[in-house]
Parts: sequence; structure tokens; C-alpha cells
Amino acid sequence: MAETQAAAAAPHTAGPEQFKLRLRRYDPESGEAPYWDEHTIELEPHRSVLEAILQAKDRFDGSIGVRCSCRQAICGSCGVRVNGEPALACHTHLDAALEGARDGVIEIEPMGNMPVLKDLIVDMDAVHWKKIQRVTPWLIAKQPVPEREYIVPRESMIDVTQSMACIQCGACVSDCLAMEVDPGFIGPAALAKAYRFVGDPRDDQQFERLNDLAQDPQGIFDCTHCFKCVEACPKDVNPMGQIMRLRRIATNDQHIRDRNNGKRHEAAFTTLIKDNGLLWEAELLPRSYGGNSWFGKFAPRAGKELLSSLPSIVKALLRRKVTPMGALKPHKLPAADLKGVQGIYDKVESREQRYELNLYITGEDEAPAEGSESSARVSDPVAAGVAAEPGGKEPDTVPGAEPADTPTELRDTEEGLGQ
Amino acid sequence: MPAHDVLIIGAGLAGQRAALAAAQSGASVAIMSKVHPVRSHSVAAAGGINAAISVDDDWHSHAYDTVKGSDFLGDQDAIEVMCSEAPGEVMHLEHMGVTFHRNEKGEMDLRAFGGASMKRTAYVADITGQALLHVLYEQLMKHHETVERYEEWFTTSLLQDEQGRCAGVIARDVRSGRMEAFRAKNVILACGGAGQAYKPTTNGLIVTGDGIAMAYRAGAPLMDMEMVQYHPTCLVETGILITEGARGEGAHLLNSEGERFMEKSAPNKMELASRDVVSRAEQIEINEGRGVGPGGRGLYLDVTVVPRKRTLEALREIVNLGKDFAGVDITREPITIRPGQHYIMGGVKTDIDGLTPIEGLYAAGEVACVSVHGGNRLGANSLLDTLIFGRRAGEHAAARAASMAMPEVDTGVQLRRDAEHIDAIVARERDGRRVSEIKNELGELMNEYAAVFRDEQGLQTARETIARLKEEAGKAWIDDRGTIFNQDVLGAIELGYMIDCAETTVLGAIERKESRGAQFRTDYPERNDEEWLKHIDITLGEDGPQVSYSPVTITQWQPEERKY
Repeated sequence: MAETQAAAAAPHTAGPEQFKLRLRRYDPESGEAPYWDEHTIELEPHRSVLEAILQAKDRFDGSIGVRCSCRQAICGSCGVRVNGEPALACHTHLDAALEGARDGVIEIEPMGNMPVLKDLIVDMDAVHWKKIQRVTPWLIAKQPVPEREYIVPRESMIDVTQSMACIQCGACVSDCLAMEVDPGFIGPAALAKAYRFVGDPRDDQQFERLNDLAQDPQGIFDCTHCFKCVEACPKDVNPMGQIMRLRRIATNDQHIRDRNNGKRHEAAFTTLIKDNGLLWEAELLPRSYGGNSWFGKFAPRAGKELLSSLPSIVKALLRRKVTPMGALKPHKLPAADLKGVQGIYDKVESREQRYELNLYITGEDEAPAEGSESSARVSDPVAAGVAAEPGGKEPDTVPGAEPADTPTELRDTEEGLGQ
Repeated sequence: MPAHDVLIIGAGLAGQRAALAAAQSGASVAIMSKVHPVRSHSVAAAGGINAAISVDDDWHSHAYDTVKGSDFLGDQDAIEVMCSEAPGEVMHLEHMGVTFHRNEKGEMDLRAFGGASMKRTAYVADITGQALLHVLYEQLMKHHETVERYEEWFTTSLLQDEQGRCAGVIARDVRSGRMEAFRAKNVILACGGAGQAYKPTTNGLIVTGDGIAMAYRAGAPLMDMEMVQYHPTCLVETGILITEGARGEGAHLLNSEGERFMEKSAPNKMELASRDVVSRAEQIEINEGRGVGPGGRGLYLDVTVVPRKRTLEALREIVNLGKDFAGVDITREPITIRPGQHYIMGGVKTDIDGLTPIEGLYAAGEVACVSVHGGNRLGANSLLDTLIFGRRAGEHAAARAASMAMPEVDTGVQLRRDAEHIDAIVARERDGRRVSEIKNELGELMNEYAAVFRDEQGLQTARETIARLKEEAGKAWIDDRGTIFNQDVLGAIELGYMIDCAETTVLGAIERKESRGAQFRTDYPERNDEEWLKHIDITLGEDGPQVSYSPVTITQWQPEERKY
């Protein structure tokens, strides 16, 4: 997201400067290990890292391997890591990349979580596309097929456009932490793709899709909420947000009870924070199984899960991440702060429909030549954007008419409540 | 050795549509592309797809607009096919899953586009090409059992039998460097245009005229190669495209005096005149000193007149492009643009089923010239062209395959020839020029002399220079000596393809001594129907390119003066 939301756009005027690149090279035919290769190129600071790589390739070494085509962040070919962070090379400015460089040299490596074939080229088929296949990535159209187009709400098509905007570059897959631990995790890109069908009112299998992804231990509840994919995505697809939406629709709307206990775990999380203002870890597991019932806490499956969690609990104790008393005793915010937290719950829960963040739907409209004062507030379309949940109730007013006074922080919190 | 009824080269919209159609007709189908299918340049088409689906619209009106847009060089039988089949095709795509944006009633919404007499452009925000391409790829994944995919395979030549019939291709697996012969009853070329022969261009780095050059070398005629479209709104520095959808949504073009200069050349349609007209008007402003930005090389595109909410919803991609690639927030201030190479109307000559004069060889999409675009293509007609003629070629090729045997051909000779050629490039001594240097010179040359305005002297300079570049390209050296992902050696082959395309473009432009559509000759500034209402065909003969002519098909619209 970082790139597109760069605060104020400034016209590019600077002249060419020298930049040093450090490229990770790997020649599978040489039998040798990967190595670093440095080149100095000359370009204007607002030009892209891809242009820099191509200059090095054109002038110094044509054997540098990199996939690329459009140069404008739409074909999705040039996913790499720049200074350790996943990015599209064509979508990263040299000046921004230099800022992130540790020693004044822009470091470019192939993406992670996928096998490297040569230099900056990774095997996307082996990981990314295999996962895309997993989510039945085509529309299963409602029958009968109409003679003309399906008549669907205007907002629903704009809503799925956000996940449709995914260019399959793999940047989110590259640094998905959950996938690093569990390579079988379906992952951010494929799950965002799944939302494109679940959110599409023309699809006939929404329940089946959701049920499938909820029951799979490597499905929607395998995401650990680390936000890496949100940061990595050059197209603001917000993959984690799409995963959370799948969870909300699966649990709140379709009432799917998954084998992974994801729904109840999520509910335990939410109610714990509501009750205490903070997470009380020791109560999380019992409440996930027993809810608020005292008796329910002793569910046999909870015991089993407790047993399997014991090693991590012991580790946490040994590393003094928690103390036994601190963990067992409920920790609570002071009353005044707790009231504030609960106020957020009241406000969100009192709404008649759920609002979801969506880039393409923005909450405001203004006269074209309005002054710059209000522009600061709305310059971030994500913060300004709200959309009704498709499949939910038709909003009384267009979602765009949501009063602009709702503070951004509240919306962010609301997004976080699905955890 | 792989063998298929229908083998499609190129996996953009035309290729994928052809593959699906051929598979549905029961043929054994394979699709081959030098990149993963979703990287194909169709992905960059932004604005939308034209179809007369509105109840007030009529495909005849769409057809007339297209004929007029083509400056009467388009073949009207082909245009009638395209426009009459458009509504059905767009509905088919909708049913397949394309997330076309809707109006308040939940029906497909339509936006205004250049050269159209009413709103008839269906769209998905400003990522229509991406949405279409990805949805077609969804279908390829769904039909993986009936459509075989060769992803990241680079085609080096067309296989021909002794009678000259097309019988397959020779290709190189980019991942391993392995060469292989593929036999096929029919080959459909669907591998796009040749924008990279120009610099700058809106086209991706992969758009190097492969299909056009391979067909030309196999003896197929190229038609109307001189017709090269300059898109009116490209970023000054990089040539990145700002969609015509921006003007469709109401954006203005302004010169340094703040004038909407389109008043002078298109008082009725203003910014929504056809692209050749707008690009010329812009170039005149720039040439006469009313340009803006560094060196006065650009003009303003003012999107701030479009309501901001609408811009963010329907033009989101160009909001991002403006910020990322020009440092401009287009919802707040005008952005500087200029005309830039975008599309070639010409290509491999085909009939309305995509069949070329070479038996067994089809072409569809930008690689082909049916011709539906004539001298100038209307915005949002290219997606339509790829899908209609991709489908028709796929169906026709499948039907043809059903009634024939696999052609007999000795693949070994040609396979060895192509493999040896590649080995020779890899082994070249470093005494010539680098491939990248020659490519740059070619691109800048074309953008100088075969651009919006042309004249005899400039075109002759271009012809002579291209002859030199061709010779240099034959000795150009590369760095990569490997086989796995040797992009360097493929770049050298692509350079050869681009030079063939540039050469025929310049020849056509020299030949056509009039101004029509995208071809404006300052030394022949008028359209001359009496002598030049005809196609220019260029065929590779024994002694190089041979020029001939073929008539324009006129069904119901007689040429008239073109005014917007």
C-alpha cells in the first residue's frame, strides 16, 4: 500500500543521479551457490527499480534474469524483494528504495516462499498458481443463465473489483508469515481470489466455498493477522482484509461452525477484549470451547488442545514472556479506558449493517476545486472508503453516504474486531 | 513430439478466447506463450469494450462509427461481423464471470468513448483488460483437461510443409532452453502487435512483433502496416498510458493558454473525437509552441472536472499511475500528457474467420489485420476485435481440423536450423553492437520519422537507417551463455522481429502518398480516395519486400468527409 498512498504527490523534476544496486544472482547451470553482484546505474530518483535493473542488464550484463513487461504495475511480472521487503520493481521508486537501504546500496533479491529458478526469477507455478487452483478459481454461475446480463446490485460489482484488481504478482505470497510456518496454508492471494467469487452475487456456491475454506485447517482460519500481505500488495487488494471478510461472512452470515474452532475462537477473542479491554490469554482457550459458560470450559477437546499447546506455554514462561500469576489473573484496563473500548463495541454493534473497507467505494464527493483543507482528511481513500457487505441487507442509503465524521481510527478498530 | 488439432501462439485475449472456442468445438487444443498468460499485454487495456447492448443502440450505429473512425479504410464486411456479434460476445463474457460495472438498475453500465455516437463501452473500473484476461484464464484453469498450456515457451518459427502449408511451430522452452517441434493441423497466431519497435510506447516489453514477423517470413502478406496509432494521452517521460476512459468520463485537454484546443479541430466531439484526430491536434499545439511542461512537449489532461468520487471509483488505476509515475494527484491537478505509440492497425492479412492466405495459418487480435480498424482504431474496439476474431478463428480452425489428417512434415531440418541459429547468437564475438543499443536506436528512429506527422524525406531516412540496423542486428552480441531463462538470446531474436515490423511500416508509409487515419503525410496532406482507397499489402519475396494492393470492401457506407 505504501507506494500509492504516498502522502502528497510531488511532480518529478530532479535530474539523473547515480544509484548502486546489489543484485542477488543465481545461475542454476553453474553448480555454484547464489552470490551478490553490484552495479552502478544512472537515473532520475523517481524512476523505478525495474528501470534500474534493466539499465544494468542493457549496459553491463545481459544475463541478469528478471521477468518484466508492462513497466506500469499491471502485468504483475516483476515481483522481487527490495531491501528485504516484497515489492513490484516497476512500482518502487529509486529514491524510496534508497531510503530503505541499509548501507546506501539498493538490495534486490527474488521473492520468498517460492523456489528460485534463476537470479530474480522464481517458480510461481510450484506455489502461487497451485494455491490459486485450490480455491476453484472460476465462477460457478447461478442457473438459469439469463438471456442478457445478470441483474446485480451496482455496489456488489464495484466491491469485488478490489480483489479483481489483484495482478497475481506474488508479493503477498513472498512474505506471508503463516505460509513460512505452514507451507500448506492457502495463502493471501488465493484467498483474496476466493473472495472475488464469494462476493459475486452471480456465484451459486457461496456457502460451499465458504464451508470448504472454513473447514480446511489451512484455510481462512490459518491466517495469523500479521498484515504483511497488506503492506506488500502493490495494488491495494488488501488480501488480509479479504480473508477477514470471508471469515465474517462464513461465521456471522452463514453460521458455519468449523472444525478448526475458528468461529468460537474469534468470538472468545472479541468478548474477552470487550470484557477486559485487553486480551486475557489464559481464558482464551477455555472460552473458545465453552463460551461464557463456566461448565463449558471443561470441554474434553479444550484439554486436548491445551496439552498440545503446553510446549509453547512452557517456552513463553521460560522466556519470561508471561508469569504464571500474570497469565492466570484477569488483566483489565482501568475503568475509564475500558469504557472507551466498550464504547467502540456499542457503536459498531448498534449499526444495522456491517461496513467493509473498499478502495473503489469512497465515502465522499466534493466540488472539484475544493480547497486543500479538506483534502488532507480525504486524501487517503482507504480511510474514507466504506462499503456495505454484499449479501447482507441492502443499505437504506448508498454506502457512500456514510457520514464523514466517523473517525478513521474507529474504522480501523472495527476492521480489527473480526480477530 | 506434441501434436494438436489447433495450436495457438500467444495467450492474451485473442489467444485465450480462441483456445476456449476451439476446445468447445471438440478439437485437441494447446496454447503457447512466451510469458505466463496473465502477463500478456491485453492486461493493460483499461477503458472498456464496445458493444451495442443498450436498448437505444443499434449495431449498425456502432459499425458506422467504426467505419468512420477507420477513415473508410476498414473492410465493412468484417466490421459488420464484429459489431453485430459484439452484444452476444459481451453477454457471454458476463456470464463467464467478468465483473462489469453496473448502473443503478443493476444492468451493465456504459461509458462514453472516443469516436462513438453514444455511450456503448462496457467496463470494469479502468482495469477492463485485466478483468477480461484474468476471467478467461480462470476458464483455462477450469478447462485444463481440454486445453493444454505451454507457458513460457518462445516460438522461433512456423513449421511449413513442402507446399508451404503451416504444420506447426518450432519453440524453445524458456525455462530449460530445450528446443522442440510442435506439429499442428492449424496454427493461430495471437501474439499481439509490435509496439516495442517504437520508443517510447505504451506497450509492454514483450510486445515485439513476433507473430507478424514469423508470418511475414513464412510468406504471409502484411496489410496496412503504415497505420500506427498514437494514443493522445501518454505520460511524457515514460509513455505510460492514461486511459481514454478519463476523457470518456469528461476530462478536458488544455494547452498552455488554458484553451480546450479540441474546439478547433473537433467542435462537436471535442476531446472524444477519434484518436488520430486528437493526437494530431495535440501535436500541432506542441509544434506551434502552446505545449506545457519541460520543453513544451506536453499538454494538460484535466481530470479534476470529473467528480472526485467518480474518479476514485471508475478511474482508480490512473489515479495510482499519476501518483506513482508522474507525481501528480489527478483528482487535484491536471497531468501532463502527449501522444504516444499505442497500437498498430496493420498486421497479418486475414479473412473474417482469421484465416491468412497461408493454408493452416490463422491470426487474430493485434497481430492480424482483418481489417476492422482501417486507418484508425476506435478506443474500446481492440478488446472486441480480439474476442470476436479470436473466437471465430478458434471455431473455424477446429472445424477445419475435424476434416483433415495431421500434415506430414519433416520437423528435424527446421528444428536444427533454429537451434543452430540460437547457438550462433550465443557464440557471437563481441565486435558488433549490443542488442539493447540497436533496439533503442530503432525505437527512437521510428518515433521520429514514422509518428503522427510523416514526410518522404524522413521516411527515406528511416528506411536507410533500418537497413543498417538490420545488418548490425545480424552481428549483435549478447552476454548470457546459458540455457535456463536465457532472456538475452530471446531479446536478440525479438530484435529481428521488430526490425521486420519497422521495415514494413516504413515501406507502407512511403508507399501511401496521401493522408488517411493515422497516416498523415505533410507532403500529401489530403485524403485521396481516387488513388488510395485501397489496402497496401507487403509480402516477402525472393528479393525482399514486394508491395501490392487489395480493394477495400464497402457494403453500405460510401466514403465521405470525416468530421467530429
